[in-house]
Amino acid sequence: MVSSNIDKLGALIVAMVAYAASSPFATLRSNRIVQGEGFGIPSALPAWMAGLLLTVIALASLVALLRREAIPRLVSAAAVMVALFAFIGEAAAFLTPADNTYARVAPATGFWLLLFTFALLAADGISRMRPGPVMRLLYLVTAMAIIAAILLSGLWADLSVMKEYAVRADVFWSEASRHLVLALGSLAAAVAVGVPLGIVCERVPATRAAVLNTLNIVQTIPSIALFGILIAPLGWVAAHVPGAYALGIRGIGATPAFVALFLYSLLPMVANTVAGLAGVPRESREAARGIGMTSAQRLLRVEFPLALPVILTGIRIVLVQNIGLATIAALIGGGGFGTFVFQGLGQTATDLVLLGALPTVGLAFVSAVVLDALIDMNSISPARKDA
Amino acid sequence: MRALPYLLRGLLLALLMTFLLVPQTMEPLLRPLAQSNAPVIYNQGSLLSLTVQHLLTVLAATSAATVVAVSLAILVSRPAGAEFLPLSRSLVNIGQTFPPVAVLALAVPVVGFGEKPTLIALFLYGLLPIFESTLTSLTTLPRAVVEAARGTGMTGAQRLLQIELPLALPVILSGIRLSVVISLATATIGSTVAARTLGEVIIAGLQSNNLAFVVQGGLIVGALAVLIYDGLSALERLTVARS
Amino acid sequence: MIEIDGITKIYDGKSVVDDVTLTIEPHTVAVIVGTSGSGKTTLLRMVNRLVEPDAGMIRLDGEDNRTIPGYELRRRIGYAIQGHGLFPHRTVAENIATVPRLIGWDKEKTAAKVRELLTLFQLDADLFGPRYPHELSGGEQQRVGVARALAAEPNVLLMDEPFGALDPIIRAKAQDDLLAIQKHFGTTIILVTHDMNEAFHLADKIAVMDAGRLLQFGPPDELVRQPATGFVEAMVGASERPFRLLSMRRVSDLAEPGSADGSPIAATVTQQDALAELMWTGRSAAPVVSSDGEARGRVTLEALLQRARGPK
Repeated sequence: MVSSNIDKLGALIVAMVAYAASSPFATLRSNRIVQGEGFGIPSALPAWMAGLLLTVIALASLVALLRREAIPRLVSAAAVMVALFAFIGEAAAFLTPADNTYARVAPATGFWLLLFTFALLAADGISRMRPGPVMRLLYLVTAMAIIAAILLSGLWADLSVMKEYAVRADVFWSEASRHLVLALGSLAAAVAVGVPLGIVCERVPATRAAVLNTLNIVQTIPSIALFGILIAPLGWVAAHVPGAYALGIRGIGATPAFVALFLYSLLPMVANTVAGLAGVPRESREAARGIGMTSAQRLLRVEFPLALPVILTGIRIVLVQNIGLATIAALIGGGGFGTFVFQGLGQTATDLVLLGALPTVGLAFVSAVVLDALIDMNSISPARKDA
Repeated sequence: MRALPYLLRGLLLALLMTFLLVPQTMEPLLRPLAQSNAPVIYNQGSLLSLTVQHLLTVLAATSAATVVAVSLAILVSRPAGAEFLPLSRSLVNIGQTFPPVAVLALAVPVVGFGEKPTLIALFLYGLLPIFESTLTSLTTLPRAVVEAARGTGMTGAQRLLQIELPLALPVILSGIRLSVVISLATATIGSTVAARTLGEVIIAGLQSNNLAFVVQGGLIVGALAVLIYDGLSALERLTVARS
Repeated sequence: MIEIDGITKIYDGKSVVDDVTLTIEPHTVAVIVGTSGSGKTTLLRMVNRLVEPDAGMIRLDGEDNRTIPGYELRRRIGYAIQGHGLFPHRTVAENIATVPRLIGWDKEKTAAKVRELLTLFQLDADLFGPRYPHELSGGEQQRVGVARALAAEPNVLLMDEPFGALDPIIRAKAQDDLLAIQKHFGTTIILVTHDMNEAFHLADKIAVMDAGRLLQFGPPDELVRQPATGFVEAMVGASERPFRLLSMRRVSDLAEPGSADGSPIAATVTQQDALAELMWTGRSAAPVVSSDGEARGRVTLEALLQRARGPK
């Protein structure tokens, strides 16, 4: 076996670092909507900080190039990411002219590329270690704690995204909770309806094709159209069904968004419930019958627990999908992080777009990691540790 | 009985074509959805040209995504690229959590408004399902078959072209199909950043509170998705029938 | 002739094949037996360089097998494996034509060869040629797998548990067919199995491997009478020894002049079957007839027992 000492991924990382380090690290704009001017690492930071950051990056690149073990890779990648997070805040403070409240400093291409590059290295380290579900959750909590600490420390206060946040902190949290209610609430409703519906479909094959085909067609309707289409019937319900208005049902706003997300969620829930139950080994069913379990006992004690990982996979698909789709609710006045995204697009204010998009991406990522861990914990043999 | 699904699809196609070519024919059906004096049929551009533009956008993005994703999957499934395999799997898993709207919104600051951010978002979003399906199928081929291909003295390229890719084709196609259907729906959101797609019709409906617009935009995209999904499924069955 | 000379393969610092040397005569069947993990499959795969050895050399007819690229070497050597490994997207005819196509035979020659092989394996060429592997039974798939391995008329055929997936009756038939084919083409065969009965049935010489080492390489007879180690003895099976000896030879070898009563025994059956027949019918001798019904004398219980006796 001939093996060179230089790691291929390491070489790729070094190439990306070389490009990223020579790209602008931060952008300074005189106000929130104009084009800005880019600053490389040496000019974006006080000399000693720039030197320190470049040294950390260089050392980590060397590790990536020469060391194949997972732990040094993960540790050095994590060190660079923490340094990037810390120094982008410092760059903002350094570049913002004194007493200028209009000037905006935002991370530029170089920062994002470096972050991406070392996230790759970290991901490679983690996937080589094949951590179990608990360990993965631990990594997630650590990462979240670091970001929370930076946010609370005020290190990022001079960054443009945080300035956008500062002027609308109240709205941000109310939109955040709206976003979560939309995504989680529609998920809960879809589980409550979809799982029983899936059980029926599995038991009564005649219903299966009809239900799944109908739900499949619902999936093909574009989200903004489905949101829109629901405005009319719900408006009618609000106006004509006694008590509906009092319950908060409206033609526009959160209700059609909630119903639309619910409808989109049904297919993965039903399909995965059916698949999960269908995947229960015949021997297990036979054995359960053989020892005299009733139909209900078999379902609750044997079939359902065995189908759980597949059903959880359905929940993962739905949750990640809903967190993304809930953004679109803003187009029909449904609120959520999409409010900032679409306002930002309308004003060509990138920072505002980021204020909506970054939490959405973060939320989807956290949900995916948590649910993947849950799925692994509930599988009898951890099915895809390498994923 | 077996002809029924084909009949329904034929009918759907006929309806769609009629609507696109002579939109007025559907006016009576959509009339009740519009307010009394509002236009019933989208009147700020030809539905046909919007549909064509919509399909072209999806086609371009998906073709590019297919070429890149399949090449990458081939690369990391070869011995020379094996070092990237665990990383690729993680990336696919993480990447698919990115909401398409977020990708679209983040592309705008980089490339500006119009078709470009939509193309980029659809391209990036299409990469993952295709990469994942190609990688899965290439790395889970029956061991005995791959072993036999080596044993008969095929070179690496011969094995890839004559055995591995043909056997992986149905699964690759299912990834492409998934990606196309997601893209067809996601492209509508592109109209929020000024791309010319059927989303224009829906957004115009939302803005002028005209349900007839929303419904016609949504139904055209839905019908396109159903027909394309079925077409690609049929293609898939054709390739899988022999194995 | 295949000369395996001091071959060693190391995985993760552990020798899975440890300094194995053996020579296989042309036109013979050598069977490598051993438990799983004994290194027998790895040894086989080093012959056509699906695995590259860490030390030693393998010569085919005197030539180092590393003088040509691996894929070219493999086109010259037939290779059949358990579960057949047929290409599911190609017809039976296309599967068999794989190597001829790789080495550039013309269409007529290839088609003729495919037809010849199918017929030889008792498969109707017009019926089976256009079918896809999934339309065949397990036994048929296995035959096509061997036919594919033989398509380019290789001098050497490597087989890795080729009959492992077959049920006992079909397996016995497949083994007989293989012997007939081997006679027909004169191919040198190296076959790997963990089934001792299969080894005794097929082998001119048996190699017993354990933990990467070659324990003994010799004719079946020798393994029974003079097992080199306790392991070989255990593989052969102490209680089976007399029957193993009888299973290797035909009745014709023990036929002697004379006559006997009762129904005759065919000269081609194994001595083990003849013994069973005599014991079952309570006779001390039986007449022997050739396949065309001609009398060939008789076989006696005494001669069979004599033959089944081990070393004094």
